[in-house]
Amino acid sequence: MQDLLTFTIIGLSTGAIYAVVASGLVVTYTVSGIFNLAHGATGMLAAFTYWQLRFDWDLPAPLALFITLFVLCPLFGMLTERIVMRGLQGTTEVVRLSVTVAVFAFVVGLANWIWPSDASRKAFLRFFEGDVVSIFGINISWHKIITFAFAIGVAVVLRLLLFKTRMGIAMRAVVDDDSLAELNGARPDRVAMFAWALSASLAGLAGILLAGEQQLNIEPLVLLVVNAYAAAIIGRLGSLPLTFVGAAILGLLDAYYLMLSDESWFPESVFGLSLTGLRASIPTLVLFVALVRRPVTRLRSDSIRVRETNREPQWRTSVLGALALVVVTIGISGMLTRSNTLLLFNAFTLAIAALSLVPLTGYAGQMSLAPLTFAGLGAIAMAKLPGNGNLITLALTIVVVSAIGALVALPALRLSGIYLALATAAFAVLVSKLVFNQRQTFQGGNISVPVLDLPLVEIETPRGRLILISFAFALLGLAVVSLRRSRLGRRLIALKDSPVAAATLGMNLTGSKLSAFAISAGIASCAGALAGDKVSPQQFDFMQSLPVVLLAVVGGVGTVGGALIGGMLLGGNSVLATAVPALSNVAKIAPGTVGATLGRNPEGAASQVADAYRSLTDRWSLIGIAAAGAFGIWALENAGLISRWSFFISGVVWFLAVIPNLVGIADAINARRVVAIGFLGLGMSIAAGVDWNTQLDATGKRLIAIVFLVGVFGVGAQRILENAPRMHRRSPDMAGMTEDFTDVDINETEKNLGVVL
Amino acid sequence: MAILEVRGLMMRFGGVMALNAVDMDVPTGQITGLIGPNGAGKTTLFNVINGMLEPSSGTVRLSGVDATRFPPHRRAKLGLARTFQRLELFASLSVRDNVRVAAELAGRRHIKRAVERILTRVGLEDVADRTAGELPTGLARLVEIARALATQPTVLLLDEPASGLGDAETAHLASLLEDLAREGLAILLVEHDVNFIMDVCDSIYVLDLGEVIAHGSPDDIRRNPLVLSAYLGAS
Repeated sequence: MQDLLTFTIIGLSTGAIYAVVASGLVVTYTVSGIFNLAHGATGMLAAFTYWQLRFDWDLPAPLALFITLFVLCPLFGMLTERIVMRGLQGTTEVVRLSVTVAVFAFVVGLANWIWPSDASRKAFLRFFEGDVVSIFGINISWHKIITFAFAIGVAVVLRLLLFKTRMGIAMRAVVDDDSLAELNGARPDRVAMFAWALSASLAGLAGILLAGEQQLNIEPLVLLVVNAYAAAIIGRLGSLPLTFVGAAILGLLDAYYLMLSDESWFPESVFGLSLTGLRASIPTLVLFVALVRRPVTRLRSDSIRVRETNREPQWRTSVLGALALVVVTIGISGMLTRSNTLLLFNAFTLAIAALSLVPLTGYAGQMSLAPLTFAGLGAIAMAKLPGNGNLITLALTIVVVSAIGALVALPALRLSGIYLALATAAFAVLVSKLVFNQRQTFQGGNISVPVLDLPLVEIETPRGRLILISFAFALLGLAVVSLRRSRLGRRLIALKDSPVAAATLGMNLTGSKLSAFAISAGIASCAGALAGDKVSPQQFDFMQSLPVVLLAVVGGVGTVGGALIGGMLLGGNSVLATAVPALSNVAKIAPGTVGATLGRNPEGAASQVADAYRSLTDRWSLIGIAAAGAFGIWALENAGLISRWSFFISGVVWFLAVIPNLVGIADAINARRVVAIGFLGLGMSIAAGVDWNTQLDATGKRLIAIVFLVGVFGVGAQRILENAPRMHRRSPDMAGMTEDFTDVDINETEKNLGVVL
Repeated sequence: MAILEVRGLMMRFGGVMALNAVDMDVPTGQITGLIGPNGAGKTTLFNVINGMLEPSSGTVRLSGVDATRFPPHRRAKLGLARTFQRLELFASLSVRDNVRVAAELAGRRHIKRAVERILTRVGLEDVADRTAGELPTGLARLVEIARALATQPTVLLLDEPASGLGDAETAHLASLLEDLAREGLAILLVEHDVNFIMDVCDSIYVLDLGEVIAHGSPDDIRRNPLVLSAYLGAS
C-alpha cells in the first residue's frame, strides 16, 4: 500500500512534466497548425542553458530560471517563428513537418557543439537537492512538490491567458480563422510569435524539471520529451484538460511498471525475447494506441492549394542520368582514398534511404519518419535469410521488408498528415527499443551484412562496393521513375493532389497508401541490405532517420534526383566533418540550417536546378555557350593546361553554378549582369586556375571546395540577378496573356500601368 | 423508382440542422436542379450523397442499393460521380492524365480511346497536355466534368459547373448536359445561374435552411411564393 502511494506520487510528478511539455505543443499547433517536432529539443536546450547559468556560472537559481524561461526561451521561440515558420502557409504538411525537423537538427547540433558530451560537467542539481518532506509517512522530495506546483501553475495561467486576456482571445480567434481575425483587428503574425514564445518557455520549464529527475544528457532529454507527444495526442492536439489527463496516465503507467518490474515474479524475458526496452517504450506504445484509436480523418474539399506540383519524369533524361551516375562514380572511384570511398558509399546508402521516400512522400504525399528503420530490418534480413547474401537473399529481403512495411502501415492508414507521421515515428522508436536490442536481431551489438554475392562478378574491394551501390541506386531510381509513369504512379499522385476526388472517382485510399508504404519499405530495405559490412543498431535509430527525411525534402522529395542530392548532402556533411576537423561543429548544425530555407523553396533543390535548365529550352545561342564552355574545359585538360582535379571541379562549377544562371545573365538589367558575369568568371577561374593537387591534398577538402565554389558563386550570382527572368509556370491566360511571361514583362507592365515607380 | 433516392436525410452539426428530413428523387434521363440561398445545405447534401459525410439519420439509395454507410469509393462503383465546387483536380497531372486516372479507376477497357473521346466531347482536346493545376477556373470545371464522365457514371452530381464559364461555354455545357441526360444519365445540378438552371432542368428542388421547401417544374418554381421569399426576402 505504502509502495503504491509512493509510486503514484512519482508517476504523477512525471506526468506533471509531460503535461507542461504537451501543453506547449498544443499551443503552437492550434495557433499556427505546425506540429513542432523540435519542441523536445527546445526543452533540452533550455535545460543546458539553465545548467550553464546556474551551475557553471553560479547564478542564484531564481535569477537563472528567470533568464532562461522569461528571456532566452521566448526569444528563441520568437526567432523560430519569425525566421523559419513564417511563410509556410500554402506548403504541404510534409514541408511544414520537415521544417521543424530542421530546427530539431539545428538545436541538437548546437547543443553538441557548445556542450560536447566528453567535456567534464558539473552535476545538475535538483531544486532543494536532498530536502524531503513527509506527508502521510511518505517522503516526497521538494523537487517533486515544486514540479507539481509548476504544473498546476501552468494549467491555471494558460486557462486565464486563453480566456481572460486580449492576447488569449486573439489567439483563439486566429485558430478559428486568421484572415477573419485580422479583419477584426487581431494581428496573426504577432499572435503566432507570442504562441511560439510561450511554447518555448513551457518546453524550457519541462526540460529543466526533467533534467533534475534524469541526467543532463542530450539524447534522453530530447526523447523523453518526445514521449509527451502521446499526451498531446490524447488531448487531440486541442484540448488542454484532456492533455493533462493523458500526461497523468503516462506518468502513472511508467511508475507502476517500475513498481511491478521490481517484483520477483516479473519476467525478464518472454519466449526468449528480452523485455529490457519495454519501460522506455510505454509512452510510445500509448502514442501508437492513441493515434490508431483516432477517428478516421474526414475527407474534405476545402484543402488549401499547395504550391508544389510533381512533373512526370521522361525516360530519356532518366536513363541518361542513371548512366551518367554510374559512369561518373566509376570515374571518381579510382581517384578516392579508401576512407573517402567509404564516405561516398555511405552517402549512397543514405541516398537510397531518401529514395524510399520518393514514392511515399513525393508521390503519394504520405509522411514517414522511419526510413532507416526499414533499412535496419533490411540489414537483419540480408544477414539472416537463406542464400548467404546472393541475389535470392536480396529479393527475399525486399519482399519480407515490404510485407512488414504494409503490415505496420495497416493500422496507421486511417490516419493522414501529421498523425500518420507520428505513428511512423512511434513505430521507429518501438523497433529500436524492442526489436533491434534483441539477441536474435543485432546480437546485442553489430551484425555483419554480407556483400552482395553476384554471379560472374566478384566484389571485394571498397571500390567495388561503391560502384555496386551506385549501380543499385541507378536501378532503383529507374524503377521509381517507371513507377511514376505507371498506372499506380498516377494513382499515388492523385491521392496526394486530392484525396477527396480520388475517393470520389472510386479509389480505395487505404489500398493505394498500403502499396506506397510497401514499395517504400522495400526500397529502404536495400539501403541496409547492401551495407556489405558490419552495422550497428544505432545507425538505424529514429534520431538518424530525421536528417534523412529532412535532406530528402531539401533535395526535393518528388524526384529521384532530389533524393540523390539529399543523400549526397547528408553524406557530404560527414565528409566535411572528417576532412576538416575545424569545421566539424559547422557540420553539426549544417543540416538544420539548410532545412530552414524550405519555407522559401518547398519543391527542393533538384527542381530548382531542373527549372533553370528547362528555361534554356529553345534558346540555342545559350545552349551553344553552355556546350562550348564544357568543351573548352575538356580541351584545356586534354591539352595538359589544367590538372584532372581542376577539370573536375571547374566542370561541376560550370554545370551547377554557371549554366543555371545563363538565362538570367542574358536577360537581366545591365549593371547587375556585368557584376554577375564577373562573379561567375572569378569562380570559374578559381576552379580551373588553382592547382588543387598541391594546394589541397585531401580529397575531402577538394569536395568541400566544390561545394563552396558552387554555393558561393552559383547562389551568389543568382542573388545578384535577383529578378532574373525565370519562366513563370503559371498559366499565362490567367493573366490574360497568350505567351509565357517573365519577371521583366511583369515589371514593364507595372511600369506602364504606373503601379510602381 | 429513381436511380438515386434520398429519404428522410438528417444532418446535424452540433446544434445546427444542416439537413432536415430531405427527400429527393433523381431519375434517369433527367436533369434535376437543386437551388437555394447560400448556406441552405446544398453542398452538405452532395457530401452526404457522395459519402464524404455520414448522415445523422435517413437513407441514400443508389440503383436500389442502400448505400448510406458506404465509403465514397464504393458509391463510385455503384455508378455515382460528382464534381466539386472548390476545384479538386489532380494538379500535378496533365488534363489527359486526370481523365485517364478516372477511367483506370473505373476499370474501363480501351482506356486510350475512351479518354480521347471524352476530351473531345467536353471540348478539352486543345489543352489535353497542359498541367491541370495551371488551368483557369472555367477550363478546370470542364476537366472536373470530363473526369467524372470517364468513370461511366449512371448518376452525376454537378456542383456549380457553370460558374467561371463565359456565355458561349455555358451554352456548350447546357447542350452537353442535355445530350448526356438523353443518353440515360441521371444528373443532379447545383447552380447559382438561375437562367441556366431554368433552361436545362426537368425538375427543380429548392432547399432553404436544410429543408426542401419546394419541388416542381421550372415554371412551378418560378411562380412559387415560398421560393420567392426565401430567395428575395420578399414577404
